[in-house]
Amino acid sequence: MPILELQNLKKYFATQKAVDDISLTVERGQIFGLLGPNGAGKTTLIRMITGIFYPDAGHIIFDRKKFDPINDVGYIGYMPEERGLYKKMKIGDQTMYLAQLKGMSRIEALEKIKQWFIKFEMETWWNKKVEDLSKGMSQKLQFVTTVVHEPKLIILDEPFSGLDPVNSNLIKDEIFRLSQNGSTIIFSTHRMEQVEEICDHIVLVNKGKKILDGTVKQVKQNFKENLFSIGTDNLPSVNGSAPYEVVGRKDHSFVLKINDNHQPNDVLKFLLQQGATIHSFNEILPSLNDIFIKLVEGTPTARQFQTVKE
Amino acid sequence: MHKIWLIIKREYSTRVKKKSFLLLTILVPVIIIGFYAAIIAIAINGASEKETIAVNDKANLFEGNREPGSSLTFDYISSESSFKTRYKEKGYKYFLSVPEMNIDTPQRPVLYYAKSIGPVTQARIEGLINSAIEKKKMIAANIDLQKLKSIKSNISVITLKGEGDSKQSLASVNSGVGFTAGFLIYLMLFIYGSMVMRGVMEEKTSRISEVIISSAKPFQLMLGKIIGIGGVGLTQFLIWIFLVIGLQFLIPIFLPEIGRQLEQAPASGGVQGGGMIGVINSLKTLPIGNILFSFTFYFIGGYMMYAALFAAVGSMVNEDPQEAQQLIFPITMPIILAFVIMTQAINQPDSKLAIFGSLFPLTSPIVMMGRISYGVPAWQMLSSMLFLVLGFLGTTWLAARIYRTGILMYGKKPRLKEMFRWAFRKS
Repeated sequence: MPILELQNLKKYFATQKAVDDISLTVERGQIFGLLGPNGAGKTTLIRMITGIFYPDAGHIIFDRKKFDPINDVGYIGYMPEERGLYKKMKIGDQTMYLAQLKGMSRIEALEKIKQWFIKFEMETWWNKKVEDLSKGMSQKLQFVTTVVHEPKLIILDEPFSGLDPVNSNLIKDEIFRLSQNGSTIIFSTHRMEQVEEICDHIVLVNKGKKILDGTVKQVKQNFKENLFSIGTDNLPSVNGSAPYEVVGRKDHSFVLKINDNHQPNDVLKFLLQQGATIHSFNEILPSLNDIFIKLVEGTPTARQFQTVKE
Repeated sequence: MHKIWLIIKREYSTRVKKKSFLLLTILVPVIIIGFYAAIIAIAINGASEKETIAVNDKANLFEGNREPGSSLTFDYISSESSFKTRYKEKGYKYFLSVPEMNIDTPQRPVLYYAKSIGPVTQARIEGLINSAIEKKKMIAANIDLQKLKSIKSNISVITLKGEGDSKQSLASVNSGVGFTAGFLIYLMLFIYGSMVMRGVMEEKTSRISEVIISSAKPFQLMLGKIIGIGGVGLTQFLIWIFLVIGLQFLIPIFLPEIGRQLEQAPASGGVQGGGMIGVINSLKTLPIGNILFSFTFYFIGGYMMYAALFAAVGSMVNEDPQEAQQLIFPITMPIILAFVIMTQAINQPDSKLAIFGSLFPLTSPIVMMGRISYGVPAWQMLSSMLFLVLGFLGTTWLAARIYRTGILMYGKKPRLKEMFRWAFRKS
């Protein structure tokens, strides 16, 4: 059951088609990766989902109803890439204020915030000011302000930047826990290893268009190049009849590319017939990083300005 | 509505709870009043310090009027030549030598002084010599001094009697009240307007605006900020009013002389006494209720109108506060212009310029204050208020559209053309 559906969403600025006809579906409870190079239109897309921008065209369906920015923003938690808190305001007051702006009552907000502060070992921060915090500490605080009202949809833009591994893991665990409790998480980042680790489903946008959509597993399958790694002491010399080509070698393991119309079984059969001793045999799937680079490569690193006719 | 209320509360309480707020609100007037009190005290003390001057009056100028009174005392010396070098030893700071003279072609007297001579003392001595010569000349010309005195008139301020208005008031009091009210609004527009601007800039540079407007509409954020800071301004006002009332109770305690005079002054009636009492009586004849009401109305209206513009400017500024200086110029212009028109209006409350200025919403909050104590025709008052409300709605509408784009824009400073596009494109 989808929590969020975008249908042919468009947002044009004076010099750019920031989002150009993007449709996608986010299922409830999913951890959804929104990927793309700098300036691909991710932030604009997110700003439309959070009600900051109105789309020029297209529809947003939130929780099976047409998205209503005034009321639905209470069900969304958004942590922008550019973090921001009032520097001179006390941390407790500030968290209360942001939670109440999301529609929580005073008592409810106080109770929930205290729970989070205890969980993140932030109890002593209540009367401190944000300017007293280090970058990593304010990041944790920002995360708490994003999720304290138990939103159905949490949007995190680069949530780990600036965090040390310990705090990174703390937040990562929280993301998993929130997702298990039924929250949906949209996760926007450039860090592909995190995406592989965390996300169920990914969408890749580039130049305002969606160029890839699928589960992590499925995407990897689609982009596999029939590469296998085989561990063996001696690979028999190849004469044209072998069902593979050797494309790389490292010590006692070789990288083979299986020729078209052949299966991995054919390779094993062939090698066994040749009397090779096999220690290991693995499929090499492309990393998301490789896929990302392959798809985005060739487009200029900085997005060019263009004139948009409306 | 609930969200605007939350925003108002935050904007208000974060500012009022600051220590600097209380300090400024209470200390500033105390310092200003203390400063003036000190000046007055010094002036009074300085004036009462008597100077003694040795005088050798060969021309008999001061004959028949040997005591100059006020703060000078003359000691008359008979021999000049020896005293010229010895007046310091005798304990005098000054020695005035008046040579024998024909009063029709007076010669200059010589004043010897030890260290320095103040301009006040010098002017006083010169004045005394001149009036003594004048007196001698009048006697020589057979002019009756008593008659001359009875001819001279000495009225310091004119008493006004308007048509159909039985109250009497002093022109200088009217213009003084108008100027004070106008000047206060002028100051308030700047102080609280730039407070709004700095608030918006803070939100923008600390990047919190994106977090907030994923919870509330930009318009709610802007309006909440404007109302919250307006509340801070009104609170400050209330504290000042209480301070002034408190001072009125304190004056009779510390300065019993003035207090007694105040009590004795008749509550109504003409302007009889001169000086302070006259001023106070005339203050009582002013339409106080009307002035207070319009002051509050024009303060709030003017503040709301300009605050929106200040907010729009704040939303366009990036990290560099210097940019604000340039961008704010178009807003400060009409405020300064209004102040200039107001200074005209307190002298000519019914001139065309004053009437225009008090109707045009960008200048009316200040200019109207200059006219209000003279009484303003009802139609002008009502249309001026209507225009102000319309002006406020207009600038807020315009500012909100610039603001909502501005607070999310980082990087380069927007050009005028771009701002124009932000303001007038469809949402």
